[in-house]
Amino acid sequence: MQVIDLAETTLRDMNAALQAQNGSTNQTAWQILNPRGAHALAVGLDAPLDVTVAGPTGYYCAGMNARATVRVAGSVGPGVAENMMSGTVIVEGDASQYAGATGHGGLLVIHGNAASRCGISMKGIDIVVHGNIGHMSAFMAQKGHLVVCGDAGEALGDSIYEAQLFVRGSVKSLGADCIEKEMRPEHLTALAKLLESAGSDADPAGFRRYGSARRLYHFDIDNAY
Amino acid sequence: MTDKPRTVPVQSATFTPAVNAEIRRAAATGIYDIRGGGAKRRLPHFDDLLFLGASMSRYPLEGYRERCGTDVTLGTRYAKSPVRLDIPITIAGMSFGALSGQAKEALGRGATLAGTSTTTGDGGMTPEERGHSRLLVYQYLPSRYGMNPADLRRADAIEIVVGQGAKPGGGGMLLGQKISDRVAAMRDLPAGIDQRSACRHPDWTGPDDLEIKILELREITGWQVPIYVKIGGARPYFDTTLAVKAGADVVVLDGMQGGTAATQDVFIEHVGMPTLACIPEAVRALQDLGMHRSVQLIVSGGIRNGADVAKALALGADCASIGTAALIALGDNDPRHEAEYKALGTTAGAYDDWHEGRDPAGITTQDPELAARLDPVEGGRRLNNYLKVMTLEAQTIARACGKNHVLNLEPEDLCAITMEAAAMAKVPLAGTDWYPGKPS
Ligand SMILES: Cc1cc2nc3c(=O)[nH]c(=O)nc-3n(C[C@H](O)[C@H](O)[C@H](O)COP(=O)(O)O)c2cc1C
Repeated sequence: MQVIDLAETTLRDMNAALQAQNGSTNQTAWQILNPRGAHALAVGLDAPLDVTVAGPTGYYCAGMNARATVRVAGSVGPGVAENMMSGTVIVEGDASQYAGATGHGGLLVIHGNAASRCGISMKGIDIVVHGNIGHMSAFMAQKGHLVVCGDAGEALGDSIYEAQLFVRGSVKSLGADCIEKEMRPEHLTALAKLLESAGSDADPAGFRRYGSARRLYHFDIDNAY
Repeated sequence: MTDKPRTVPVQSATFTPAVNAEIRRAAATGIYDIRGGGAKRRLPHFDDLLFLGASMSRYPLEGYRERCGTDVTLGTRYAKSPVRLDIPITIAGMSFGALSGQAKEALGRGATLAGTSTTTGDGGMTPEERGHSRLLVYQYLPSRYGMNPADLRRADAIEIVVGQGAKPGGGGMLLGQKISDRVAAMRDLPAGIDQRSACRHPDWTGPDDLEIKILELREITGWQVPIYVKIGGARPYFDTTLAVKAGADVVVLDGMQGGTAATQDVFIEHVGMPTLACIPEAVRALQDLGMHRSVQLIVSGGIRNGADVAKALALGADCASIGTAALIALGDNDPRHEAEYKALGTTAGAYDDWHEGRDPAGITTQDPELAARLDPVEGGRRLNNYLKVMTLEAQTIARACGKNHVLNLEPEDLCAITMEAAAMAKVPLAGTDWYPGKPS
């Protein structure tokens, strides 16, 4: 286990040490001590690393992650795992705004709640939130899955494209062009797999599915506001 | 019956034939006009400025013999590897999607031959473009279409797009006709549907957030490459100040004449400030921060020739950038396609329905047959020629003003021929030592 203490090491040296493993490495286990809310922690990784951050982080933790598993033993600031390509990011606490924004792939698990705009412009990432999510989540969501074991705030899935949303609790309101959709067996299967990989024992049958009505797909004056 | 004298028919200067036609079109369709290109209205512009040249009180340089440098270095503030250009003109960001793959390749080839950079656009980086561009600037846009860390690390600079001059405050729209399977796959969306590009970034809101976003991008790219921030001409003094505060290495400022691939006509013509009015305000912001020449300023929006470049530099910019003019150099709106423009209901020079993807010149299209009309090698050669001419023109002017580098041009070399231009550019009205608003 490699240990980097941010009380003694600069952010630059810490990220450089992790990024130096990009490609292939046999030093896969890393621990980051004293993050103390630092921004841009463990960003741009591209190796099968196992990184544990021992405490809360600021903005963009694990931004653009590829292949690595990053676990945060605490809460994260805005934009955790933004534009993630692959790998896994696990947040043991809560996440601020824009969690998983524009993510292309991989799995983001948030054990607490996520604030507004969770999964905004997501492009293939899977996001599982054990708690609730805030307003405008999955705005313009293109691809991937957003699973919410708690409640969703206002305007869920506004202007959504092909992402699939699953919510167990209440949805305050749906955004433009987002509708409830039938939960078919293939959706239950996919949902069960996502819940399992996120360590949730929630019953897939208790969820509702939401997605695009596809009425905004072609520019039409009746769709303008 | 005697002919009584009648008044001659008088067309209204307010309700012109074009205005009336637009009212009828709106009444018939119920939809606003979307088009490509920049503002078509007459605006105070570089044509309203003149260089004074040299005579008794200034000493010129020999036109063909004496050295007049044209190289520019961008990103000297923080980047370990700044971008070094041979000429003070770059190719602006234009998306693959709006433009064909061949057009992107031609831009890369031409820019590389000329010793300058080209820029990706909304929709991501294509291998053709990376492969044929020695210096490639990677745009980081609100849509994040095609955005990935591998391409980010392949870039020679990163340009965070906050806005465009054609539509400051507006997002984008690529209509379904141009969404081929390849374009769709790059953007993670179904083929054939209209694609909206958001007007705001998804994971930061104000300049304080942008500072952290820039930190993240630098951490991912090891502080190697410059980070540009592109703004549309709205409030250039404050926007430049905030971009610098957020940590930009370079500010790219696009005035309202700047082209777009597809935007509402009302937005293009009625929102934003003319390029001429933007430059002195941005330069003043840099000077007030003590950052003029440390944070470089790239200016675009209606740059057409070496005189425009020289004037932008004289007003304090470090570099100019071109979009529309580069497309014209490749063959856009060429009268040799007149029959086809006619068939599309337009004429050479006025063709702006770039969003429809039926460009006879094969540039603003994804139709394989039309796109094949543009030979990227020949296009690159033409663009290089054009960039060479612009550079020679700028040098000609700089030498005439006694400058051994184009970056030594200064406002003192200029006068204005209209009151508006004098006020906007803050250079004296010709024949006076005065401009409107000059501090006494
Ligand atoms: C066809 C076309 C596509 C464009 N696409 C983009 C884009 O993807 N991103 C961007 O920041 N600007 C885009 N622009 C704007 C240019 O980057 C640039 O700001 C503008 O063209 C400069 O003005 P000019 O056309 O008068 O030279 C586009 C412009 C054109 C003409």
